[in-house]
Order: sequence, then structure tokens, then C-alpha cells
Amino acid sequence: MLLKKNKSWDMKSIGLKPTDITPKHLFDSRRKFIANSGKTMLGLGIGAIAGGLPLMANMKTAHATTPLNAMKSMVHTLGRLGEEKLTEFDAATQYNNFYEFGTGKSDPYENSGDFKTTPWTVSIEGEVANRGVYDFNDLVKPHQLEERVYRFRCVEAWAMVVPWVGVQLSDVIKRLEPTSKARYVAFETLHDPDQMPGQRGFGFKWPYVEGLRMDEAMNPLSLLCTGMYGETLPNQNGAPIRLVTPWKYGFKSIKSIVRISFTEEQPPTTWNMIAPREYGFYSNVNPKVSHPRWSQARERVVGDGLFSSKRPTLMFNGYEEEVASLYADMDLQKNY
Amino acid sequence: MASKILKPLVFVSCLLPFAWLFWLGNTAGPGGSGLGPNPQEFLNRFLGEWALRMLLIALAITPVRLVSGWSGFMRYRRMLGLYAFFYAMLHLTSYVVLDQTFNWLEIWNDIIKRTYITVGMTSLILLIPLAVTSNNAMIKKLGPKRWRNLHRLVYVIAPLACLHFFMMRKGIQMEPLVYAAIATGLLAVRVGYSIRKRARQN
Repeated sequence: MLLKKNKSWDMKSIGLKPTDITPKHLFDSRRKFIANSGKTMLGLGIGAIAGGLPLMANMKTAHATTPLNAMKSMVHTLGRLGEEKLTEFDAATQYNNFYEFGTGKSDPYENSGDFKTTPWTVSIEGEVANRGVYDFNDLVKPHQLEERVYRFRCVEAWAMVVPWVGVQLSDVIKRLEPTSKARYVAFETLHDPDQMPGQRGFGFKWPYVEGLRMDEAMNPLSLLCTGMYGETLPNQNGAPIRLVTPWKYGFKSIKSIVRISFTEEQPPTTWNMIAPREYGFYSNVNPKVSHPRWSQARERVVGDGLFSSKRPTLMFNGYEEEVASLYADMDLQKNY
Repeated sequence: MASKILKPLVFVSCLLPFAWLFWLGNTAGPGGSGLGPNPQEFLNRFLGEWALRMLLIALAITPVRLVSGWSGFMRYRRMLGLYAFFYAMLHLTSYVVLDQTFNWLEIWNDIIKRTYITVGMTSLILLIPLAVTSNNAMIKKLGPKRWRNLHRLVYVIAPLACLHFFMMRKGIQMEPLVYAAIATGLLAVRVGYSIRKRARQN
């Protein structure tokens, strides 16, 4: 479908073949897909991935979403870590943290049904040439939508595997042309207590803010995400646009973004302001840095059932190869 | 006569939250069952919350008597206290068996390193002597005065349990503060009456 609209795409230049597009009927039938076998997928490549997504019934969308057509990422596929299967759609959309809609795990799902995400604008500010207020579509449209299957690790020691759809953050940043002074990228979530019941209470300073160092933002793993499971993001998962940084704890992956600023100084981040001893600016997944609240050595795989045990957590959530160089000279015990 | 019907009724009612879990476990829901995608977390929190609720209900009996002058609820106090212990033990069991799957090293590290677990564990351990002595034979053996003094431990246990709940939540959250306010109120009534009683005696 998108191919018709965008004939000018040079798919070869981004390393994709037409067969890489997840067939639309697979999405329309509202299924969830699971990996056939990580090894097969690795061994036989992309063709096997497309063929290895068996249909499974009973995928309900929590809130209205529309199908998206995205290229399957060549690099960031399910086979990357071999043995893992996708988290069920229902689990990924009915169990998460989005304190703007309540602190309970099902609160975001229960309280975000009427959340308005159109129209939606994102303000681009600070040390950047192409400043301005963008419709969120205009921000992502010039770029290739990709489906990327990432591990997701919450600081609360639970983990998922989610097929996100989005554009590589570095591509968007390049187009916005940050100045030489831009050393950090700051993100801000919508502040609208009328729509977000969690913002009416006390105890938290809204809006939610997050930030990345420029080299972290430019890392190819960083994704500006507009969808999951082949469809637009459900409200409770941060519609219409959110960040996904799979090597960091989930709270870094800020949702429902309305502002992106390029700054010279390290921007403040919400959880760090609430409890600096517990949540650092970097918040990289690190099994060796214990948290005052949770041991980070192991993690619960969401959806594995009542009698499953936790599995060991991997350094940088398994993305050591991609991101370790960003922190080569840093003491990660101090810069947690 | 009423107590013959009411006591079993209270007994069964207190079991309802526990029974509810079996119901949830056998219904459909996101991630498999009504217990949700992270059933270990759900069970642990559910059981912990009910332990705290039972504890506060048990603690409310005496203030109700003091304020209303009616002592009809007094006969349920021991049962309610034992239910608090029952849910607290299930809370601990779900943590050891389901959440940590008997990983004793992790459990020990949690107890010594994570303050909210240290606090919760202390509260739970202090509850044990109260549960063990919650029968007529032990009251007789200890004598009413020593028994009463021992059971005043609950004035330490309840605030610790509330603190455990407050610290467990990320940031400052409303729900644990509500429990803490209730506990404070229930203890304040006792303090108020004890001061008044002393003033009258003098």
C-alpha cells in the first residue's frame, strides 16, 4: 500500500526487499505472530521470517488503532537473540506503566480510551536549525517506517519482546539539523490533566521529561516509534509518538511526545528528579548495578506464566555490541 | 445466638479474597488468566494488600468499642488478627515460591539490601509471636497482663507494614498514604482514650 504511495523509495539503498514487507492481511486479521524458530530465521534470513509468522487468533486492540505498513528491519529482527518469542499483544497493551493515566499496571489501558491524539504536534526547539511546530506525521513521514523487534526491560525487573514500528531517531535528527552546540536531546510528554487523570494528583511534577546524550540519540537502535504489532500505537502505549531505547530501562522510552529540544546542558529527567539515588540520567540496563528497590540481576518475562522463574538480565539488555562503545570511558557504577 | 451464625459468616467472608484468586486464575485475561500478564506480581501485591487490610480491620475493633461503647465486635478480633497473619504468610510464600522460586541468595540480598523488604520482613516476623499466642491456652499460660503487653507489638507492626507499603511504591503515592492515615487514626483513638483514662484516675 505504501509502495503505491511512495514509488520513489529506493528499497535497495536501505537494504530491504519487497518481500520484507509484512503482508497486510496478516495485520488485518488481527493476529499475533510468534517466532517459528530463532535459528531458522537466522539461518534462512528474511524470507523465513515472513514465512515464520504463523497466525494466532484472538488479538484484540485495546483502543482504536489502524494498520501501518512497515518494512521489516534487516538488523533488528526477532532472530537477533534467538530463543525469544513476542510478548502477546494483550499483555503488551494491558500491562504497562504510563503514570499519566494512573499508577496501576492496567490503569493506562483502562483510562486512556478517550485520549485524543489527532491533531498532534511536536515542537522542535533549542540548538537546531529547523525549529518549529511540526504535525507529528510531518516529522516521521519523510523517513522509512520500519518494524523492529526489540527487547523491552522495565526497571521493575519485568521484560517483554515488542515489535515496534517507527523511524530511526538519527534520521529525524539529521533532518532537523542540530547546531554544533547541541549535546543532548530532551523530550517532553503532553501535559493535559483534563485528559490524563494521573496528572491531577499530587506527588509527581508534570510534564514527564526525559533526555538522551546526542550520541545515544544518534545510535541506530534509538527509535522514534509510532506503532506496534503492525498498527498505530494504542493510546496506553504512548500514542501517537514515543521513544524506544531498548538498552535502557523502560522509563527512558518517553511516551506521547510533544516537545523535542536540543540542549547544551544535560536536561533534567523525571524519575531522576523524584529519586536521584534510584534513577540516574543514563539508566542503562545493567545487571551489576543493584537498585535500592529491585535486584537488577534477573528479570521476569511477562507472559511466561505463574510457575516460570526469572531469567538473568543481560548487560545493556542484550545490546552490548551496539551500545557498549558509547560508555567506554565511563564508570557505570557511578553513572547508573 | 447471633454469634453462632455471625462468627462462621465472618470466617468465610475473610476467606473470600483468597477464593477470589482461584476464580481469577481460572478465568481468561490478558497474558493467560485473570491474574494478568505478571501473575507473580499480581498475587504478591494482592495478598500483601489484604494482609494490611485485615490488620487494620482487626485494629479497628477496639476503637469502635471505645467510641461506641458497644463491644459486639470484640469476639471477632482474634480471628481477624489471625487472618492478617494468614494473608501475610501467603504474601511471603508467594514471594519466596512464585516470585523468587526459592532463590535464597536473592531473597537474602533483598532482605538486607532493599529497605522496604527489610521493613516488611521485620513487621512479618513480629507478627509470629502474636499469631502463636492467639489462643486461650497461651493467654492462660502467659497471664492476661503479659499477654496484653506482648500483643501491644501490633502498635509497631502496623506502622511498619504501612511504611513497607509506602516504600514499595515508586514516588509518593496516594494509596499507601490512605492506609497510613487509617492506621494513625486507629492508634490515635487509643492514645486519646488512654490519656483520658489516666487523667480521670489522677
